[in-house]
Amino acid sequence: MSEKKYFDPEDLKKFGSITEWQKSMGDKFFAWYGEVMKEGALTEREKALIALAVAHTVQCPYCIDAYTSDSLAKGADEEQMMEAVHVAAAIRAGSSLVFSTQMMNHAKNMTM
Amino acid sequence: MGIHQRTKSLASRQNELADTFFQLKVLNGSARSDKRFPAFSEMVKKTIEQQEGLKPSRIEIFQVNVGKLCNQSCAHCHVDAGPDRKEENMSRETFELCLDILSRYDIPTVDITGGAPEMNPNFRWFVEECRKLGKHILNRCNLTIIMSNPKYRDLPHFFAQNNIEVISSLPHYSAIRTDSQRGEGVFNDSIEAIRLLNEVGYGKEDSDLKLNLVYNPTGTFLPGNQSALEADFKKQLARKYDVVFNDLYAITNMPISRFLDYLLESGQYESYMQSLVDAFNPGAVAGLMCRNTISVSFDGYLYDCDFNQMLDLKINGGKTHLKDFDLSELESRTIVLNQHCYGCTAGAGSSCGGQVAN
Ligand code: SF4
Ligand code: SF4
Repeated sequence: MSEKKYFDPEDLKKFGSITEWQKSMGDKFFAWYGEVMKEGALTEREKALIALAVAHTVQCPYCIDAYTSDSLAKGADEEQMMEAVHVAAAIRAGSSLVFSTQMMNHAKNMTM
Repeated sequence: MGIHQRTKSLASRQNELADTFFQLKVLNGSARSDKRFPAFSEMVKKTIEQQEGLKPSRIEIFQVNVGKLCNQSCAHCHVDAGPDRKEENMSRETFELCLDILSRYDIPTVDITGGAPEMNPNFRWFVEECRKLGKHILNRCNLTIIMSNPKYRDLPHFFAQNNIEVISSLPHYSAIRTDSQRGEGVFNDSIEAIRLLNEVGYGKEDSDLKLNLVYNPTGTFLPGNQSALEADFKKQLARKYDVVFNDLYAITNMPISRFLDYLLESGQYESYMQSLVDAFNPGAVAGLMCRNTISVSFDGYLYDCDFNQMLDLKINGGKTHLKDFDLSELESRTIVLNQHCYGCTAGAGSSCGGQVAN
């Protein structure tokens, strides 16, 4: 048996097989997913960059690989990709920092 | 100003891929990789339901590869061109054979390619002779040639005088992406060259002078949607550099020559081929450029396309040289296909004029 490991990049190719254990839900998910990522009010490149940013937020190695490839394929460059990750990181940081208002309120109530 | 060479030709590196037969062995799973992909020719036969194989439609484009000499040496070049390729360039006699054929047959378009075609000393004379014959001329100009030496600085005027349609590679509107494939400094010189072309009227909406750009992926991925890429290129090039162009052609990297070398060296040959095979689009077969083009090499041999030329896969039948040119025989030949052809049918398809299917 091969060494047991989490996050084998080869597993990404098996994503489609999730329908094997719940076909109708799986099929609906993939149909919806396909529709979401198609060009609409946003271009495919913009959607790939959003997906890349979200992938970093949810810290999913599969999604990071997949949407790095997809962003490049849709014509994004390094600068755009790094800016997208900064947006994700800024919202993450901001969403922690904004809670500090709670801390400040509470501390002010407790202190003279 | 000025560019740094990205790499050296396979020929000068004495790389085994400089031997075209060796490349075909790789593509067919008998060298460097033992992976065999389904035969492309069979996929096509199934698609067109013709046991005889793929046939041309009508020859409308006479594509002349005037030689391998180039001022650049891009990492993916399918011609293995570069500054060191001084030997393989079309002679005046061979150009004269081309002109003789062009004067005898009603082939409307002459597509001039290289290398950097402008470096062939017969280039301007050949263009003017083609014009006298009333041909529509396409020139595949790498842009930086215009900036490379003062003697080429008037090329935009020369192109305009002869109403040449200019087709130029610019793999990305970002300098990093472009230079990583074509050599440091190429992006800046390319933008300057586009500016000079714009100044004489190229690429403007109200002008007849056409400047089309070629996008190709700067890595092992397939090109995205051509019209979306075109919209991005137009917006970014106008915004950042105030330059314009007409159409964008999205082209797939062919797994031959220097790109094949890159694929093998980076361990991505099999996965790239698999992605081309997986993306086989039967809808791209009818529009394959080998169906309306004949490709001529610097030494006057005939090929179904520039890629077959670079693999030295000459046309079927005995008459493989300009000296024996016979249009009706050419139009009834069977096109020579091999595994590299998967590059032309992946996704929306790919040709020297961009995507071929929707
Ligand atoms: S891709 Fe074009 S510009 Fe680059 S080396 Fe080849 S012929 Fe020259
Ligand atoms: S590589 Fe040449 S012969 Fe093969 S499909 Fe493409 S254009 Fe046709």
